[in-house]
Amino acid sequence: MENLNLILPEIFISLSIMFLLILGVFKNDSSKITFNLSLFAILITTIITFNETFSVTRETLFNESVVIDSMSSLMKIITLIGGFLVLVISSTYLKTLKIYNIEYPVLILSSILGMMVMISSNDLIVFYMGLELQSLALYVLATYNRDQLKSSEAGLKYFVLSALSSGLLLYGCSLVYGFSGSTNFDIISNQLNSEEYVLTFGIVFILVGLAFKISAVPFHMWAPDVYEGSPTTVTLFFTIVPKVAALTVFIRFLYVPFLNLIDQWQMIIVFLSIASMVFGAVAAIGQNNIKRLIAYSSIGHIGYTLAGLATASNEGIQSSIIYISIYVVMNLALFSCLLMLRRKDQYYENIDDLSGLSKNHPLLSLCLMLILFSLAGIPPLAGFFAKFYIFKAVLEQSMYFLAIIGLLSTVVAAFYYLRIIKIMYFDKEKDKYDTDHNLWLKFSLTVSTILILLYFIFPSQLVEVVSRINII
Amino acid sequence: MNFPILSSLILLPTIGALFLFFTKEKKGNNTTIKYVALFTTVVNFLISIYLWIAFDQSTSSFQFIEDRTWIKGFINYKVGVDGISILFIILTTFITPLCIISVNNSVKNRLRDFLIAILIMESFMIGVFSALDLVVFYLFFEAGLIPMFLIIGIWGGARRVYSAFKFFLYTLLGSVLMLVAIISIYWITGTTDVVQLYEIGIDVKYQNLLWLAFFSSFAVKTPMWPVHTWLPDAHVEAPTAGSVLLAAILLKMAGYGFIRFSLGLFPVASEVFTPLIYTLSVIAIIFTSLIALMQEDMKKLIAYSSVAHMGFVTLGIFTLQQQGIEGSIIQMISHGLVSAALFLTVGVVYDRMHSRLISTYGGLVSVIPKYSILFMLFALASLGLPGTSGFIGEFLILMGAFKDNFLVAVIASIGVILGAAYMLWLYKRVVFGKLLNEDLKKILDLNRSEYFILSCLAAPILFFGFYPDPLINTIEVSVTDLINMHNTNIASK
Repeated sequence: MENLNLILPEIFISLSIMFLLILGVFKNDSSKITFNLSLFAILITTIITFNETFSVTRETLFNESVVIDSMSSLMKIITLIGGFLVLVISSTYLKTLKIYNIEYPVLILSSILGMMVMISSNDLIVFYMGLELQSLALYVLATYNRDQLKSSEAGLKYFVLSALSSGLLLYGCSLVYGFSGSTNFDIISNQLNSEEYVLTFGIVFILVGLAFKISAVPFHMWAPDVYEGSPTTVTLFFTIVPKVAALTVFIRFLYVPFLNLIDQWQMIIVFLSIASMVFGAVAAIGQNNIKRLIAYSSIGHIGYTLAGLATASNEGIQSSIIYISIYVVMNLALFSCLLMLRRKDQYYENIDDLSGLSKNHPLLSLCLMLILFSLAGIPPLAGFFAKFYIFKAVLEQSMYFLAIIGLLSTVVAAFYYLRIIKIMYFDKEKDKYDTDHNLWLKFSLTVSTILILLYFIFPSQLVEVVSRINII
Repeated sequence: MNFPILSSLILLPTIGALFLFFTKEKKGNNTTIKYVALFTTVVNFLISIYLWIAFDQSTSSFQFIEDRTWIKGFINYKVGVDGISILFIILTTFITPLCIISVNNSVKNRLRDFLIAILIMESFMIGVFSALDLVVFYLFFEAGLIPMFLIIGIWGGARRVYSAFKFFLYTLLGSVLMLVAIISIYWITGTTDVVQLYEIGIDVKYQNLLWLAFFSSFAVKTPMWPVHTWLPDAHVEAPTAGSVLLAAILLKMAGYGFIRFSLGLFPVASEVFTPLIYTLSVIAIIFTSLIALMQEDMKKLIAYSSVAHMGFVTLGIFTLQQQGIEGSIIQMISHGLVSAALFLTVGVVYDRMHSRLISTYGGLVSVIPKYSILFMLFALASLGLPGTSGFIGEFLILMGAFKDNFLVAVIASIGVILGAAYMLWLYKRVVFGKLLNEDLKKILDLNRSEYFILSCLAAPILFFGFYPDPLINTIEVSVTDLINMHNTNIASK
């Protein structure tokens, strides 16, 4: 008998989704209660995940098709907390846009379920199942504000391109299956050897599909449009939660089934990383919409996480995970600021709307400034340490070229972050924004800013948690 | 466990800033917040004076060391001072309160935020001079960009945005390579602790590249020709207090870094690259002195003179002679005092006339004599008249240079003459001549606080000019030891 306790979080969250759907059908005006119940469900799932799996070093279930190890539990917890915070700060925004419906939390829950399956997968089929579950939920979420042309466009674009990439991924999977005779990661790892040239195609297809999911250059085209068109809270969800899951899968693919083929994929990852860092830095300079700018900046940040993966070492993987965790906090804080730019039921998302913010809203602009300096990687803020660990790992492998390109692109990237700070602090002020924000929004902004600001006092804790992850 | 005196020096201004952050700014009545800031910095100054008294001058080893685990198994938070760094710490704690007194007239809006920025800046600067771990040093070194960017950008002049960006991006670009070098040092030697690195040394085959990476950062910060162009812009646009901090202390970070890291960690590479430094320094001295001659903006002129003076400093450091390095340190301290004073004197007339152009002025001596006398003292100190601290520094540097390379020393000496030329010409055009501008007739002489600040700066300039022993005694053992260590390293390679 399998130890089902290990997948209790997934079971619990699936049951909650079904229950919430039924509740939504039978009860009128149930949006508020669905919201609260789904928050509650995520909270409980987090606790279960923490209790049941956090101390597990490595266990497999169902003919080794599902794996529970320290990486999967940590990433699941990050995913869940991210999802919780996104949901909790969404409500005012959705109410203002009059799309405060039961589907929103249910869709978020289902995509989280999909991601949890992805994170735990140790088998091509389980992985693909999880991927599709989360993607389908995300397509709907992108079009969630369906009366708006941009939102529908975003959803359609996302759907078409994402389906294409899923196709590539599936084709890659079938090639890998053809050469190894199994869908199980561990067996694939033992069967594959680099003699087979066609196998390289399989790896490339899979990497392309995954690169699409995390929007690494040159497979990033969808990101700016989708991020701009989707409702802001959904954009927030896109920029943090699926990235965490996709990164985990990335790590799992590279270091379990393809571990012996490092020579084949290392150059690809290095290229993806350099291209994303440089492109993310350069392309963001001309943007005027904050969400678009964040899209490009997140492309850049993904470049740094990939730099950690390219090192083919445990330090590299750990540094990538540290990076993505800090990135989640920074993005959460950034979007909390963005959601506070509300005036008379209208949200503002252009950079010019921030003009002179520091005169009317000194605290908000102080937070935003710290967040932006942190994103730019200026010490002593958390963003610096994130980059620091990455470059530490990269330089350990003597990949000087990657490190120098990465650091130079931080200088370019610093320019557009500074531009926002300049607009906030040096330019003329505009009208005041509303200040009656949701308590949770204030809470998430405060907590994440404090984390960013004071991370340097206790830098060891995160490192210690992450250092339990040893994939290779 | 001793009292963590250095950490309290670093933390105290930040605590003061936090305190200010939670006080409300009242319209028109800013005395309270100013007193809080002043009190914090004065206390900090007194602590640093105590540090100097308690400092043991007979040993070159680091004192007041604090060593705490910070990132487990990787970086320790380690601070300490030796004879070289203690002077820079005192310079920092001495200049900051004067900056705070001087903001009376120059900063009109958001005084509270300005003082917070200055206090936080002070924390970072003291951190830079006391850090004994490369990563901790880098952290403080880079963190200083944030408050300085805001000081220039929010309270600066007309082209402030351009200058703030230029300052930030130039410095950041220089520094990222240093970060690569620091991490590489960690992987090569297994530690980033400076004291340990001094002992174990770094393999010769890596030294050249690492030296260049550090150089890229320090050269921008010093600033050396040809990457000095951010400095005139930043100086001109920054508010007076910002210029003072920038010239008096920020520039010294790089000179300090050259001595502590470039010489200390990479002795072989320092020998290799001495010609490069000599060339750039000599070009800086001659070229920027000539540029300074042509300036019409007083602040810009002083900014270029800073580049020239820092050229002397880098020249002195890489003579690798006792006199040269000691001269450089004294020159940095002296330039810290003199350039601060010069920017403040320019600030005084700027506050009254709102013009930095030399042509606006002329004949000031007949309306504001007190001001003219002090201005003369600072101008003479800047050109290195015997009896002022500027002389001691330049003289020692040139002595060291003559020992090492005759040609370079001769060319640098020409720089001294050019320095006298632009400074005296500036003084002549501003203070002497006929009083043509009608507005100038109503100009007021120094008020009490300005008089106080400038006298505070004049006193050490004259004192150390006549009696430099306290400075030399403090640095002597450390410098001797540095040179001995350098020579043994060279001999063994």
